[in-house]
Amino acid sequence: MSAPLLKVEDVSKHFGGFTALSHVSVEVAPGERLGLIGPNGSGKTTLINCVSGALKNDSGDIVFKGENLNGLPPHQRTRRGIARSFQIPRPFHSMTPVENLAVPLEYVTHRGAAHKADIRGEAEAILAEMGLAGKMNAPCAGLSQVELRKLELARAMAARPSLLISDEAMAGLSNAECDEVLAILFKLSEKGITIIMIEHIMHAIMRFSQRVICLDAGKLIAGGAPGDVVKNPDVQRAYLGA
Amino acid sequence: MGGGHGRFATGCTLILLAAVALMAGVKNEYVFFASYVVLQFIVLASAWNILGGYAGYVNFGSSAFFALGAYTALFTIKAFDAPLLVQIVVAAAVTALLGLGIGLLSLRLRGIFFSIATVAMAIILETVITNTDYLGGAKGVQMTRPAVTAPFGSYIEMLFFVMLVMTLVAVALARYVENSWIGRGLRAIRDNEEAAECVGVPTLKLKLIATVISGALMGAAGAPMPMYLSFIEPFSAFSLNYSVSALAMPIIGGTASWVGPVIGAILLGSVQQIVTVTISSELNVLIVGVLLVFFVVAAPDGILGLFKKLRGTPRSGGA
Repeated sequence: MSAPLLKVEDVSKHFGGFTALSHVSVEVAPGERLGLIGPNGSGKTTLINCVSGALKNDSGDIVFKGENLNGLPPHQRTRRGIARSFQIPRPFHSMTPVENLAVPLEYVTHRGAAHKADIRGEAEAILAEMGLAGKMNAPCAGLSQVELRKLELARAMAARPSLLISDEAMAGLSNAECDEVLAILFKLSEKGITIIMIEHIMHAIMRFSQRVICLDAGKLIAGGAPGDVVKNPDVQRAYLGA
Repeated sequence: MGGGHGRFATGCTLILLAAVALMAGVKNEYVFFASYVVLQFIVLASAWNILGGYAGYVNFGSSAFFALGAYTALFTIKAFDAPLLVQIVVAAAVTALLGLGIGLLSLRLRGIFFSIATVAMAIILETVITNTDYLGGAKGVQMTRPAVTAPFGSYIEMLFFVMLVMTLVAVALARYVENSWIGRGLRAIRDNEEAAECVGVPTLKLKLIATVISGALMGAAGAPMPMYLSFIEPFSAFSLNYSVSALAMPIIGGTASWVGPVIGAILLGSVQQIVTVTISSELNVLIVGVLLVFFVVAAPDGILGLFKKLRGTPRSGGA
């Protein structure tokens, strides 16, 4: 078995007296499609915030490609290959979609080495791949929900990550729109990108994930094949109550 | 882009030549006296916009930077009898350090809390200066202008020219920041700081660059003030008018581009000068207030935004 791309080792996070994560350990293999589930408030977003650097873990280690990332700010983690999308889309609203993608392209992918025209061309190619060809220069305020979700993924992909964390990219979308986003994520996975997908939409998780882990009250309560995890009594209890 | 730089450089050269012609042809000192104020406001507004307009961090304490620049210049005069150029350089260095401190504040404070902290900083600095006897304390210091050196006809004429050069430097810096990787990063910070950080923007580094440049320019603008007025005292040096004008001018002109603060400062600065001469100096603040309210309500993107809207200019899609 190849070395894990990401190792979350015994990570805990507290907010005052509230324990958001308690001794969580997870390994993610290169190229894997991992589903992260759990009821509201279970610590899913806290975990990915610790991985992406938006939050500092109180204890434990985040190891990526063999390097301990503890103490590194988010932009340094992005430069090392971790990208994420946000649960509520956070586009740079004063910019067009092309300009949104130009930011990571300039700051991460090329680091000042590329010409504006090259960056623009690359941004357009990524947007076209995400199905946003017709919206490249549209104001972000005019984008629909699904377009905003695609823009989030496109902007994350512009940083050329080896690990993409998709935080509820399908929440609030119709079935057809969910399929569109899923198709994009499958396409990215085929390119060898490791993907952690956080979702409440179970049919999407079941279709997409090779492995699923479940958090409840900040603790890892189950992990394994999607079919096994959903049948796990602890998982059912977490979602449905005792 | 190269053509744009060329046009800008040509414009700057033409402005300098026009200033030289003005100094050769105009004997009325008030022209230079009034123009100095307008130029000073262009520097202040451009400096404010680098942090407030590009990055979205609203500094309500511009007067602190301006006054610290003026008092640093006073200190260098009293301590070393420093020439004007040294006064300006030292003032810019000291206020750049203050900018660095304010930039570090942005680690913990955002939005209105950051703005309140800048006001608090201005109050603290004013209190310190007011209680420093070496710098004249509350009663201030009377200054004697040194003899003017050729080719300038008077000290005010020289200060006008120095402020013009500072204005061109400030505008060139603001333009550079806007069109560079720094400006694009600051824009991302203004739109959403957490998202910017997560797509690889080193937000703290960029905010520190912005606060240092902004602070240094404001301090440099304040440095000639003691000699310009031949007098300095804390109440007028820390006047709220500087803070309000530095903020109002970019908002009225438009914060999205380096041109906005220039337009706002020329418009508002000139109107203030005219009103001061024709009606009363007290009416200045009222005019700033009324124009600010009008633009915030009717044209939140300022004159520049209004102009683009009227022309139907499409948004720039340039990466």
